[in-house]
Amino acid sequence: MLPATIGIISLIHGIDMTKPAKIKLTGLLRWIIPLFVLGAAWVYSTASQLNDAYVNDVNIEDLIDAESLECLDCHSAIRYNLENPYTGEVVSMKMYEELRIDPMEYASSTHGSFACTDCHSFEYEIHPHPIEAKFDYEYTCLDCHSAGEQFAQFNFHTIEDEFMRSVHAPEHIEDFSCWSCHNPHTYKLTTREWGSVIDIVAHNNAMCLGCHGDISHYEVLIERQLTNMLSKHEWLPNQSLHFRKVRCIDCHAAVNEDILIPHDVLPADEAVRNCVDCHSTNSILLATLYKHQVVERRNRFGFFNAEITSEAYIIGANRNYYFNVISLVIFGLVLLGIAIHASLRYINYRKRKKMKASS
Amino acid sequence: MAKSKRLYLYPFWLRIWHHVNAVLMIILIITGLSMQYSNPVYPVIRFDLAVSWHNLAGILLTVSYFIFLIGVLFTSIGRYYVIKTEGLAVSFAKQLRYYLIGVFRGEKNPFQVTEKRKFNPMQLITYNLIMHAITPITFITGWALIYPETIVLNVFGYSGIMLTSLVHTIAGFLISIFLIIHLYVITMGKSTRENLKSIIYGYHETHEGDEEHE
Ligand code: HEC
Ligand code: HEC
Ligand code: HEC
Ligand code: HEC
Ligand code: HEC
Ligand code: HEC
Ligand code: HEC
Repeated sequence: MLPATIGIISLIHGIDMTKPAKIKLTGLLRWIIPLFVLGAAWVYSTASQLNDAYVNDVNIEDLIDAESLECLDCHSAIRYNLENPYTGEVVSMKMYEELRIDPMEYASSTHGSFACTDCHSFEYEIHPHPIEAKFDYEYTCLDCHSAGEQFAQFNFHTIEDEFMRSVHAPEHIEDFSCWSCHNPHTYKLTTREWGSVIDIVAHNNAMCLGCHGDISHYEVLIERQLTNMLSKHEWLPNQSLHFRKVRCIDCHAAVNEDILIPHDVLPADEAVRNCVDCHSTNSILLATLYKHQVVERRNRFGFFNAEITSEAYIIGANRNYYFNVISLVIFGLVLLGIAIHASLRYINYRKRKKMKASS
Repeated sequence: MAKSKRLYLYPFWLRIWHHVNAVLMIILIITGLSMQYSNPVYPVIRFDLAVSWHNLAGILLTVSYFIFLIGVLFTSIGRYYVIKTEGLAVSFAKQLRYYLIGVFRGEKNPFQVTEKRKFNPMQLITYNLIMHAITPITFITGWALIYPETIVLNVFGYSGIMLTSLVHTIAGFLISIFLIIHLYVITMGKSTRENLKSIIYGYHETHEGDEEHE
């Protein structure tokens, strides 16, 4: 930028500054420019790979048992065929979106190794489904998870207590259950297992926005106007960046030390609104979003809260210790230098004045 | 009494620009520091206010910068910014020596302001760096941070936003250092007040006699 601007200035003012310069850089630039282009291309390619990481080629038959695939013949299709048992006539019917399940997503979900009838009644094997099937018992998470070594780390009981205290508790909204947020057919562990905060946040927030951004999911639970998320969060600058980098629950749920994911969603007026709760070295994000990554408070090249810096830079929370020290030292030296310079000037000025007066 | 001549070096628009620029820079530095060292217990400026003031001042600074750039490109002040490489090293060294040694001995400033040259070699280089490299870097990275979707996600395992913020902060730091030295150098004219007077009134007094320096 500097050479370009000065070059333009010289051109316009007709002053030739190139002659005596014989800039040596041209030799160097020949190398720097291609290297820079290569570097940029590499950066962009790794950045785009981040998004491709979850695409894979596998055969669906290897992942889902044959009986469940039969269910999915209808439940993953946009239309399905129904045969009249008396005339043999076939009609094509719509499968409504609500009842559709993506087989790939199902297979990769936490409970994807289950057969459909592990949770649903065997009566669903009959079509059209008989009415008795509808009165079948619906399992809750705790039915299967209240005991067991493997699940102890999740603290299901604490989670349930928290949920029962939250604004979504069945006490306030009748048909609300764990399944309302944890879609039985797509649920997977994210915060604990995915590396990328951006993906975790996107997945988590989609859970909430499934209702709070979509009236058709909201109004089946409660008769109330859905408030506009964007205008309710207008006080937050760079809103889309914040919604991509922090989870709704980071602001809306009370932190509980015993569980990784806070489940006590508080009334809106108790949500985090104070910027410095996140934008400071004691960022609450370390107790929530980055909780599982917090090992040391200051590592990698001296960044405070270094676990954040691979995916974000939160003003105020990510100070660099060494930069802080270096900048203070430079600052101090400059002030000291000026102080010494000024006093020397003054002393010498007085000396000369005296000499002049005496001569 | 030495003969003195008045040169009109700083046209009115340039002085207005200079002061507006100075005020914006100071707002940016203070709000910037307040955000960087945000502290929930002792907020210098409330965080959200600091963010909005910083953004506003940054936007105005960008506008102000382009006004300056047009001035440099299309008015006569542009010639003061041209660097002639011939003899630059020698005159730079002379100037440095003057500031480090000569000024204490009451020597004459090796650089004389004329209609053709306003900046001594040290000023020439720092002003060019500040105005044509560091300031643009701060406002380009600043705009990128206002529109973070323009920033590459991840560079060698570090957030692109973090690297952009880092460059932004370092550039801002350099400008703060420049500002302090710039303020001190005001006092190094023929008299302690003279430089201040010329940036306010626009005139520079050239003295042909060898008057005593302070
Ligand atoms: C021939 C297509 C077809 C097949 C095969 C099929 N279903 Fe269905 N299923 C439907 C249709 C149509 C509905 C919606 C009408 C209804 O509820 O009966 C439905 C509804 C359901 C519902 C209830 C939705 C609700 O809340 O009312 C469940 C649960 C269900 N199916 C599970 C299964 C399971 C488990 C299987 C495999 C054992 C299966 N289905 C196989 C077509 C099919
Ligand atoms: C881990 C237990 C579990 C498994 C395995 C399971 N489901 Fe479900 N399914 C549920 C629960 C619980 C609901 C009720 C969800 C709710 O109340 O929101 C449900 C609801 C449904 C519905 C109604 C959709 C809706 O949103 O109400 C359909 C259709 C369905 N299941 C089909 C299937 C099919 C097909 C399979 C196998 C591929 C399957 N389920 C496997 C637990 C399960
Ligand atoms: C029908 C019983 C059943 C129900 C209902 C059920 N789970 Fe599970 N869940 C299991 C089993 C069995 C496993 C182990 C699966 C495996 O290891 O492949 C499991 C695994 C998990 C895991 C992963 C554990 C790990 O180490 O990877 C989580 C988390 C989980 N379930 C959460 C839930 C939640 C949340 C609900 C309710 C929304 C729920 N489960 C409902 C039976 C159930
Ligand atoms: C308001 C929505 C909501 C409700 C209701 C909800 N959860 Fe969650 N739950 C979440 C979110 C968001 C996550 C984070 C998912 C992730 O990143 O793995 C989560 C994660 C979990 C995890 C994984 C925690 C871990 O340590 O990795 C478990 C287990 C769990 N929930 C159980 C439950 C149970 C049991 C209930 C019902 C008592 C329930 N949840 C109700 C939103 C909800
Ligand atoms: C299944 C739909 C559904 C999902 C998923 C859901 N919510 Fe809700 N939520 C509701 C409904 C309905 C209400 C209204 C409760 C009321 O007004 O009493 C509500 C209320 C709230 C409130 C209280 C609003 C107030 O006025 O005080 C907050 C905050 C909230 N939800 C946050 C979340 C967050 C965060 C998530 C994701 C972790 C989430 N919700 C997921 C349906 C949902
Ligand atoms: C930076 C913190 C923050 C984040 C992130 C955030 N919220 Fe909020 N949210 C708030 C605050 C504070 C309020 C209260 C606003 C008010 O009352 O004016 C609020 C209000 C709400 C309300 C109540 C609206 C009403 O009816 O009054 C809901 C629902 C809600 N948020 C859901 C969400 C969801 C869903 C997300 C994730 C996409 C989210 N919030 C992300 C802080 C946040
Ligand atoms: C829940 C935590 C949280 C709260 C509360 C919060 N922020 Fe942020 N803020 C973040 C995160 C995370 C980022 C993302 C940094 C990144 O992407 O590198 C961010 C980024 C920013 C940025 C930088 C945008 C950029 O381009 O880099 C600004 C400015 C900002 N926040 C201002 C605010 C203000 C003002 C408030 C209060 C009204 C606030 N934030 C409240 C977490 C928070």
